[in-house]
Amino acid sequence: MLRKLAISTAAALALLTGAAQAAGEGGHVTNYAFSFDGPFGTFDQDQLQRGLQVYTQICSGCHGLQYVPLRSLAAEGGIGWSEDEVRAYIEQNFIEVYDEDLQDWRPAVPNDNFPANDSVGAPDLSLMAKARLGFHGPWGTGLNALVNGIGGPEYIASLLTHYTGEEVEQYGTYLYENETFEGGLISMAPPLWDDAVEYADGTPATVDQMAQDVAAFLMWAAEPHMMARKQMGFVAIIILGIFSVLLYLTNKRLWAPVKARAKGTQPAE
Amino acid sequence: MSGIPHDHYEPKSRGEKWLHRRLPIVSLLYDTLMIPTPKNLNWMWIWGIVLVFCLVMQIITGVLLVMHYTPHVDMAFASIEHIMRDVNAGWAIRYIHMNGASLFFIAVYLHIFRGLYYGSYKAPREVTWIIGMLIYVLMMGTAFLGYVLPWGQMSFWGATVITGLFGAIPFIGESIQTWLLGGPAVDNATLNRFLSLHYLLPFLILGLVIVHVWAFHTTGNNNPTGVEVRRTSKKEAEADTLPFWPYFVIKDLFALAVVLVLFFAVTGFMPNLLGHPDNYIEANPLVTPAHIVPEWYFLPFYAILRAFDQEVWVVIIADTLTGGIVDAKFFGVIAMFGAILVMALAPWLDTSSVRSGRFRPMFKWWFWLLVVDFMVLMWVGARPAEGIYPYIALIGSTYWFAYFLVILPLLGVIEKPLPQPATIEEDFNDHYGGDHGTPGSGTAASAPSPAE
Repeated sequence: MLRKLAISTAAALALLTGAAQAAGEGGHVTNYAFSFDGPFGTFDQDQLQRGLQVYTQICSGCHGLQYVPLRSLAAEGGIGWSEDEVRAYIEQNFIEVYDEDLQDWRPAVPNDNFPANDSVGAPDLSLMAKARLGFHGPWGTGLNALVNGIGGPEYIASLLTHYTGEEVEQYGTYLYENETFEGGLISMAPPLWDDAVEYADGTPATVDQMAQDVAAFLMWAAEPHMMARKQMGFVAIIILGIFSVLLYLTNKRLWAPVKARAKGTQPAE
Repeated sequence: MSGIPHDHYEPKSRGEKWLHRRLPIVSLLYDTLMIPTPKNLNWMWIWGIVLVFCLVMQIITGVLLVMHYTPHVDMAFASIEHIMRDVNAGWAIRYIHMNGASLFFIAVYLHIFRGLYYGSYKAPREVTWIIGMLIYVLMMGTAFLGYVLPWGQMSFWGATVITGLFGAIPFIGESIQTWLLGGPAVDNATLNRFLSLHYLLPFLILGLVIVHVWAFHTTGNNNPTGVEVRRTSKKEAEADTLPFWPYFVIKDLFALAVVLVLFFAVTGFMPNLLGHPDNYIEANPLVTPAHIVPEWYFLPFYAILRAFDQEVWVVIIADTLTGGIVDAKFFGVIAMFGAILVMALAPWLDTSSVRSGRFRPMFKWWFWLLVVDFMVLMWVGARPAEGIYPYIALIGSTYWFAYFLVILPLLGVIEKPLPQPATIEEDFNDHYGGDHGTPGSGTAASAPSPAE
């Protein structure tokens, strides 16, 4: 058995070195510091609004957000607009949805979802921030994800900022080299360039800034109740923590005479 | 109910007597709750309560979820998002249900390994053990069925792979697979029957849990020494035991509260840590994910399934001897189910007359190696089946079978056990009596300290 143990230890060691060498194409994820990281993190309302602007003016050309209701732009713990602001947003951006009953497009109302968009076969972004694993390993243990989080928004921001500028033509379509995308070649052309949008709050619209803003926005889109969820975590931990202490003391008190009897070395009567 | 002598319920008032003659339900509750319990139980005996809590929590959250869920291939994924976004506290209910499954399995594995270490499976508790194993298998079935319902990529492809296992059975496999799926592939019919069964199985588990509890209430609990409670007189029995209420109820509730603090930390702050990101992509029969990985709690057995490929010599021999009927695929399926079967047969494979691992100096090492083996298999189960990984999986799988089929039977013959305390009372008094150094008083360093 010791031999077996030695073999598996050796195997595990071989594996560690192997894994370290295997890092190659794609897979680069920068650990951006987002305002909502960690148990105490909260969404930055201004950043979400900037991210929405980037989504509306750039991403929505090809991507949809079909599971996100427009009215949730007015929900607490997120962008936090008023209902009028939501209506104004819909109007200014001419957002239309396809109505099954009318069998035609019509202007959206707050109760509609953001329109789906598969005009060029781009994936829907509603859940993208939860559908990508930014932080792996090490060595398949998942400890990285435990410490840094799943890393969905970090993946999105990294992908948007890690184009190398190289293009490859394959079977008549252009693919763009990207250090984050798995396999290293992505069919989405670099979507961001400096000053692609003009932020109302005066934030300089660098590629890095826009990438982080839209990644934060997509995290909100994927998990609109994140603030409420963290609050539930705290409330539950505090209440259960108090319960634990009370039950611990009750238990100690309850068992004290039993243990005292044992200490007296007298057999319990 | 129990063979241990103890006080029974005596109806006193006229009303109580009236009811007792017609339905002795108060008596049943009294005897269940007041069962004499060995007073030296340690903290590893809390998982039963955690498991009951998990089952109830999963049933309650599950019943709520099904009110808003739509079992249709075109609507299932969207209905989950409806729950997550629109239903009041829907996100909380769903995340609790999702992570509740993980807590359920953490608890069941600790519960099973506790039983393996302290010999809880040995006579006279074989029936308790077998029922426990049935519950465990049903739990795995339920978890698998439930994972398909959100209709994400892993749901779909997991269902395809796992039902494919039945397709590996010679001759009748494909018919069985078609029957299970309700068609040639995972589709709407599959989703519908999976929801139906996912709703049914927890209630079967609940029934079996009652039988499980009934069984060990008949034999009495095992305890860290493995020494039986004295039954010769009520006085002696009372020196070894304490009633379940209030001593163990309060102790277990304290432990449960601590476990739930951790549970809500995970659910509140990182609810998707144990899930797979691909399940947030809607199922697409035309796109296969790069790596199809089951949930973490299936990984050890998934590793065993994959370990026996066509290059392993036992597989080659089986293939040749049976003329290709037992091919590598079917061999893997046999190995996976066999891994659970050998564990279920532990009461008859273990030849040692000593129950507790505390007094088995050699067994201890093999046992902890089994725990390590389980973790290694879990880890390797999530790695791609290439390079060094299949070898690790094969070594790990071999040890799993060797532990139950070779080591347990042999140890009983060659091992010289340490002296055991004569009674539970002695063990308890040794532990709390101040003179810790006495031989035979819980010498196992690995054993957690008895009840607080």
